[in-house]
Amino acid sequence: MGMTIAEKILARASGRPTARAGDVLEPAVDLAMSHENAALVINQFKEIYEGTDRDPRPWDPSKIVIVFDHRVPAESAKTATNQKKVRAFVAAQGITRFHDIRGDVGGICHQVLPENGYVRPGQVVVGTDSHTTSHGALGAFAFGVGATEMASVWALGVALNVEVPPTIRVDVKGAFQDWVGAKDLILHLVGKLGAQGANYHAIEFHGETIRRMSTSGRLALCNMSVEAGATAGIVPADEETLRYLREEARVTDLLDVVGPDPDASYARVVEVDVSDLVPQVACPHTVDNVKPIEAVAGVRLSQIVIGSCTNGRLDDLETAARIVKGHTVAAGTRLLVFPASSRILAEAVERGIVLDLLRAGAVVMNSGCGPCLGVHEGALGDGEVALTTTNRNFKGRMGNPNSEVYLCSPAVAAASALTGTITDPRKVA
Amino acid sequence: MPRVALKLDDDVSTDVIYPGRYMATVLPMETPQYAFADNAEFSARLKAAQVPRGSVIVAGRNFGCGSSREQAVSCLVGHGLTIVARSFARIFLQNAINLGLKVVTAPEIEASEGDEIEIDGGVVVDATTSKAYPMAALPAARQAIIDAGGLIPYTRNRLQAGA
Repeated sequence: MGMTIAEKILARASGRPTARAGDVLEPAVDLAMSHENAALVINQFKEIYEGTDRDPRPWDPSKIVIVFDHRVPAESAKTATNQKKVRAFVAAQGITRFHDIRGDVGGICHQVLPENGYVRPGQVVVGTDSHTTSHGALGAFAFGVGATEMASVWALGVALNVEVPPTIRVDVKGAFQDWVGAKDLILHLVGKLGAQGANYHAIEFHGETIRRMSTSGRLALCNMSVEAGATAGIVPADEETLRYLREEARVTDLLDVVGPDPDASYARVVEVDVSDLVPQVACPHTVDNVKPIEAVAGVRLSQIVIGSCTNGRLDDLETAARIVKGHTVAAGTRLLVFPASSRILAEAVERGIVLDLLRAGAVVMNSGCGPCLGVHEGALGDGEVALTTTNRNFKGRMGNPNSEVYLCSPAVAAASALTGTITDPRKVA
Repeated sequence: MPRVALKLDDDVSTDVIYPGRYMATVLPMETPQYAFADNAEFSARLKAAQVPRGSVIVAGRNFGCGSSREQAVSCLVGHGLTIVARSFARIFLQNAINLGLKVVTAPEIEASEGDEIEIDGGVVVDATTSKAYPMAALPAARQAIIDAGGLIPYTRNRLQAGA
């Protein structure tokens, strides 16, 4: 019997001809990513070497990537001191794939990795961030780990005790309606599968709709696969993947594409036709509490956020700018925009997107995680309601347990900014 | 016998266990002060040392869903809590084993706050209601990390063995 893409990648990385769901393997790691929590990884890493006669040196500094994104620029002395500690470690260990707080090469880790060509099809990628699933968009097996797990990877170069997950195959067909897209599809899927529906499973995305989808859209799908509990979300690499890597990530070396076998065995097959899909909104306080937009249209909003690792890419900002250009953000509502990387921000400036957003009343911030997880800026007041293109709406997520967060696409967010209430973009754009 | 200090439902996220705004605090020694910070009542009891070490949190399915933040585990380790849940989210379970948090998967568990709980021989017993709930075993590969005392000593042993 054939292998799923997860089985194939994990078998190869473990030096075995085959792997099956349930096998416990120790795959070699191709890319080990951390953000500010590298401060904790360093702490745990050094502890591993205590009482040994070895120097704490990572197995291969060229495979480590560190990106500052969660609190940039630092919001507190504590964060600044942690960042300083990480910088010193990076310099001492010769880690070159380090993205500091910069307006040229900085950004959110889940955008910095793809756009710099670090992620390749068939790789095993681990990251100390649950949304590391994003990188499956390029055909890699990418999953989130804790800081201590990462310290172990730095020491050994393998991920310990990885259970090969069974795979849910998602087949998507049909063409999206205007102003409906990848974010609506993944919100719909998370609602359909439930917050635990893909726990301990991988999701493989297939079908004509996925084949036509840009890498940007695929990143949104894989990013939020973890919201259904998935270990990894994977789009098998294809022409679009190679185009992205060559043209946008400027990769020039040889690329190897890994796909699933046609007779691979899946735990479950889920079919979705997007032809009739309407804009979707995840309601407080769980990501799987998903409703069609008409069920929540009119909800009054204090703050709208466009950006993040889920939806802060150029096409997302362009969509928002098209909708708000020549109009004004409603009084009583704040529109905050966080590009996914500095490179995207620069391109958005060049194309006039930023000016359109600013003139409409948006506040355009530097690239970073911003208010998504309530650690930095854009916190909500008591009783306030936010609508955001980010990926989580858990209680307290945006820094205040006495607030509510709704999740949506960039088009819904932009349309809603003009009215100050949840608004169907098909009605205003 | 330990008692249930807190009873929770399904899908308790790491944002509830350890709110994101405290994530600049990373060291395991410093995280317990923010455990369940947005649950005013429980967090006050923790801070007032009214929750004895060894106390149990009973939860539904998918406990620890969301972020990979290890603070959500280290803050509970610091209070000496045991978590009995119907199921755990993947990264949380892995972090728990790596850091030595006592976690028990009991797919049918039902208990109320204040109940006395006994965990023994593959069974969770609610001594207050006299009901027994079978535990799901951990995969052998995870058990090896627990037996070594957590991932740090486990990795140290592997390094020393030259593997």
